[in-house]
Amino acid sequence: MSVAQTLPLIVATPLFGAAVLVGAGRRLPRYAAEMLGCLFAAGAAALALYASAATPSSTARPVEWLGGWRPHGGASVGIVLVGDRIGLGLAALVSLLALAALAYAWRYFAEPPRRHAGSFPALVLLFQAGMCGFSLTGDLFNAFVFFELMGVVAYALTGYRVEEARAVQGALVFALVNSLGAYTTLLGIGLLYARTGELGLAQIGSALDAHPGGPDALVIASFVLVVTGLLVKAAAVPFHFWLADAHAVAPTPVCMLLSGVMVELGLYGTARVYWTVFAGPGGIPAPAAHRALLALGVLTAVLGAVMCWQQRHLKRLLAYSTIAHTGLFLVGLATLTPEGLGGVALYVLAHAGVKAALFACVGILLDRFGSVDELQLHGKGRELRWAGVLFGVGGLALAGLPPFGTALGKAVIEEAAGGWATALCVLVSAATGGAVLRAGARVFLGLGPVPESAATESRPADDAAAAEETTGKEEEPETRGGRLSRIPDSMLIVPTALLAAALAVGLDPALRTGIGRAADAFTDHAGYLTAVLYGRAAEPASTPPPHWTMAGVLGGLLATALATALALVAVRRPGRREPTRWATPLRRLHSGHVGDYVAWFLAGITLLAALIV
Amino acid sequence: MSVLPYVIAAWLFLIGCYGLATSRNLIHAVGCLAVCQSSTYVLLLAIGYRDGGTAPVFSDITPGSRPVVDPVVQALTLTDIVIGATVTALLLSLVIQVAKRHRTVDPDELSELRG
Repeated sequence: MSVAQTLPLIVATPLFGAAVLVGAGRRLPRYAAEMLGCLFAAGAAALALYASAATPSSTARPVEWLGGWRPHGGASVGIVLVGDRIGLGLAALVSLLALAALAYAWRYFAEPPRRHAGSFPALVLLFQAGMCGFSLTGDLFNAFVFFELMGVVAYALTGYRVEEARAVQGALVFALVNSLGAYTTLLGIGLLYARTGELGLAQIGSALDAHPGGPDALVIASFVLVVTGLLVKAAAVPFHFWLADAHAVAPTPVCMLLSGVMVELGLYGTARVYWTVFAGPGGIPAPAAHRALLALGVLTAVLGAVMCWQQRHLKRLLAYSTIAHTGLFLVGLATLTPEGLGGVALYVLAHAGVKAALFACVGILLDRFGSVDELQLHGKGRELRWAGVLFGVGGLALAGLPPFGTALGKAVIEEAAGGWATALCVLVSAATGGAVLRAGARVFLGLGPVPESAATESRPADDAAAAEETTGKEEEPETRGGRLSRIPDSMLIVPTALLAAALAVGLDPALRTGIGRAADAFTDHAGYLTAVLYGRAAEPASTPPPHWTMAGVLGGLLATALATALALVAVRRPGRREPTRWATPLRRLHSGHVGDYVAWFLAGITLLAALIV
Repeated sequence: MSVLPYVIAAWLFLIGCYGLATSRNLIHAVGCLAVCQSSTYVLLLAIGYRDGGTAPVFSDITPGSRPVVDPVVQALTLTDIVIGATVTALLLSLVIQVAKRHRTVDPDELSELRG
């Protein structure tokens, strides 16, 4: 079997697994259903890893035309899967993370009602299939279909605990905003089809290239519309509002997948569409794309970091930290260079491990104590030593402690984007890492004064303050029979392995070389088109692979030291029951009201169009 | 081919967004999202239209004898409708759960997720 023939299997394996679980899950006992889920997820991961390892040369892209509808002379009617190195790597990351989430969920959920044992693993497998398909497709309309597939499953998974009031509300907001984004993408695809008569990424790209000259209104409109939907998924400001609400209510294993890889797939889609379709002479000029991505990236990073520091609801804290890091990824993409892209790829890999591990630790707290409120949990985590160690290490890794992969990715982005980006990256990672460390110090070490609200019953003043924010008190644990009395080993092994993987990303030189080559090939507009349409792969210009530099190590150490200092200063002061005054207007924007979010969505489209023109 | 269908598509999308932004009832909001989606159907069908074209069914016409409309966009529209049905069904079931748990379908009264 050639490498190209494995590409459809990477998507089909989890899809088949989901079908088996839906069909047979009713009759299977729980452990058999979950074992099957893990097997199918692992099978897809093995296929994706095999395909990326067995690709003959570093620049070759396995291309599979489904049903044998190959192009003739550059014209085609078929649907294509393209195993670009970055896409294959993402498919492997998706599958491994789905496996981790399934393993973590093994002992996590309450015993499902009889005859529903297979429903959660089936949904996760369907989610995995959608995400793998999105990373491998070479067809814009299919990208939309996979985008919607992963979207619909993600809404269902977010509202998985339908008995909970908040869960259904968060899932509804998530679904409305993301569906609206998907429809703008479809409008943009329609406009591109109107101009070129093609739906494949490579075909549209070469059709646009046939008419060089500046972009006209139609090309600009289609770029803005297509990218808007993808940026909604990527949670770029001002399309980000759904993310915190969805993460606050989704079951923890689902949060691991949402934050770890689904959000990043929005960025991948943006980069993929830009480089294959719009990077040629007939597309969007590089300065305009640079300006738009950079402006949104800086806004996203700053707003995410500020909101992250303000949170006491631990899941929302991690959600806003994801938004802040998305901003940094966008800044890296905005360089439009292979160096910047390589840095983003490394950062995404390591971030997925770290963020999923942190969510896993919060899930342990939620199920042990029935709360994710930083102040209410004060000192309670002392008995959970290993979870505390993992949470602390995760916080340091998030702040960018060398030699974690997060530090390496950040350093490469800093170097590619220039001097001011160093300041931005250091401040953002210090704020997000510092917030995690602060929460860890309060919860697991019991540092700082005991907050009043934890000692006394809640008072009317407390309720008034709480009206402005989501605290995370009295959350329903997700495990069987209420609170956990003992933490199952699987729930500790998974975050340990994830953190170890994030460390390995920073240490493995072969991975760095591979990602450097992959980024060269990814940013090679003409190379992708000829490889897909004519099956020839020209060697792209080679750039030095991402590597550690002294400045990068120092930047990482500086950010970690700043994060620790911030956390220590914050812990010394009593935990505020009221949000800080200067941030109140910012918090009011995040009202949880879907109408407000749609208004911001429209403002965002306008802003994006203004930045491009 | 006149510009009217494109104007209608843009108007449908914007009026749907307006409805979503100002809705006081979640079922109404789901309906508004469906209005937004119908703008994509109108746009796709308008793109595939040919003056004087007929349906692209070649059982009773000789290929090349007369213009036909573009079948690709019709296939896309059908796919889009299937997706829309899934999303709408899921959204409505979520609204039912919201109504059960919160005892309201007014988004102004759902205020548990803030800041």
